[in-house]
Amino acid sequence: MSERFFPDSMPPPLANTTTLPFWQAAAEHRLVVQRCTACGHTRLPPAPVCSECRSDQSAWQEVPGEGEVYTYTIVHRPISPEQTLPFVIAVVALEDSGGLRMISNLVDVSPDDVSVGLPVKLVWEDMSDELAIPRFRPRRG
Amino acid sequence: MSRSRPHIVGVGESQYARWGKIGDISEHALACLAIQRAVADAGLSMDDVDGLASFAEDRNEAVFLAAELGLPALRFGNMVWMPGGGGGCAAIGNAAMAVETGQAEAVVVYRSLCQGQFFRFGAGGSHAASVAKPGPPTVQQASSLMLASMGFSMPYGLLMAAAAYALPTRRHMHLYGTTSEQLGHIAVTFREHASRNPRAVMGGRPMTLDDHQNSPMIADPHRLFDCCLESDGACAVVVTTAERARDLAKPRVEILASEQGAPKGYAFGPFTNANIADEIYATGGCGEMACRLWGKAGVGPKDVDVAQIYDHFTGCVVMQLEDYGFCERGEGGPFVASGALAWKDGSLPTNTHGGSLSEAYIHGLNHVVEGVRSLRGESTSPVDGAEVCLVTSGACVPSSAVVLGRP
Repeated sequence: MSERFFPDSMPPPLANTTTLPFWQAAAEHRLVVQRCTACGHTRLPPAPVCSECRSDQSAWQEVPGEGEVYTYTIVHRPISPEQTLPFVIAVVALEDSGGLRMISNLVDVSPDDVSVGLPVKLVWEDMSDELAIPRFRPRRG
Repeated sequence: MSRSRPHIVGVGESQYARWGKIGDISEHALACLAIQRAVADAGLSMDDVDGLASFAEDRNEAVFLAAELGLPALRFGNMVWMPGGGGGCAAIGNAAMAVETGQAEAVVVYRSLCQGQFFRFGAGGSHAASVAKPGPPTVQQASSLMLASMGFSMPYGLLMAAAAYALPTRRHMHLYGTTSEQLGHIAVTFREHASRNPRAVMGGRPMTLDDHQNSPMIADPHRLFDCCLESDGACAVVVTTAERARDLAKPRVEILASEQGAPKGYAFGPFTNANIADEIYATGGCGEMACRLWGKAGVGPKDVDVAQIYDHFTGCVVMQLEDYGFCERGEGGPFVASGALAWKDGSLPTNTHGGSLSEAYIHGLNHVVEGVRSLRGESTSPVDGAEVCLVTSGACVPSSAVVLGRP
């Protein structure tokens, strides 16, 4: 198992058939976004149709998991009774993703060191054998 | 415009109380009470009402309320596809459309909230427990598009509105230098307005800027006093035709324009969507809608005498003031710190009832009620000679707004 940052009692992902492949790839520690095979536009969360060319043809593209903080909040109220406070929720701008961002957490960081523009890299948290959640930590050095 | 548009002719509400404090009367009974008071305020009878309208997250179905209240017929029963507080003004717009197109004669828009009788919004722990199955954590089936969308926020603990709307607010601070003290001016100003309003839950609780700055951090940059109240209560608004409005009990208020909407790709807004276009991420998402609204109303931000701006969080007020054109993009912080929103000498007296920050959190339908009172001269913080009032619904989600005018 990987390092743990959040308790088992955190809310699990909810998925439908359109979004499930994201979580299936995550379980294999692959961070994927959807790419329109007609026009190349990338999207996240996954959707059945491309918002730019309206094609329903798409493929899953793995992204490297490096990026920078676009915005963030430091949360002082627990979501799950067992979790450590405060915790950091960030929107991460992902490199090599066609300009996509994702909501995630920053871990392994002091809240005082969080800022917009902070370079971060992906870290997988295995919540169980079947569920891995993509989170981020500062990129150092 | 010479065409006479639908009017608001009655407003009413129950008592407002802190979250969980109304337990002796059910939420839908409270809805009935507010509807009856609004109809009485108009000088109408329940026999005159043939429409009921509300907006997303209402638990009180119009079909049951119509039966309980003895409506002769329910010709128009309607809900808005907008998240919670985003749809209040859209419900007014739908009611106006119904009476303007002859689908109904008198439509009551209502909202009743007794969270203590159900669940608390943003209560992450209990919500998480309700969806998590026993055993090791695993992906769960989403029963709606909304919940599938939340699949990209919930696993990160983003369930609380105070955290969700901190994201665009923090981005606004980064881009424009907006400060917590500037946000504090909003909370302090609205609390001062509440001090004259006997309905306001926080009417007897003065607040200083120091109080704001010393209030506990909830989700940085949101301190406790940047967050709206959680309240129990109900209110209602009666909409009818211009013709019917002429000979009723109270001065009529014209609906100059109503609009609803969301920009391209917005979905539920920053709560679940990280990929809102960069140009509008640190906004209330209302800029494009505001242009349509002013165009339709035939007035602009400079014509507004008093405003009721949806204030779930102080940062969202700043971003809306920019969206609706009361100041330039990025200037919202200095604008509010200048005292612009204060009754009665500010350039734009805003939330004269105290808003959701200090009167009550009734998903902003109470802002429409106050908008009507401010044009009737009934507000407890009255703006002399006010002729035009902007009322907005929740921003940073798909939103809506109305411009009200004194004929």
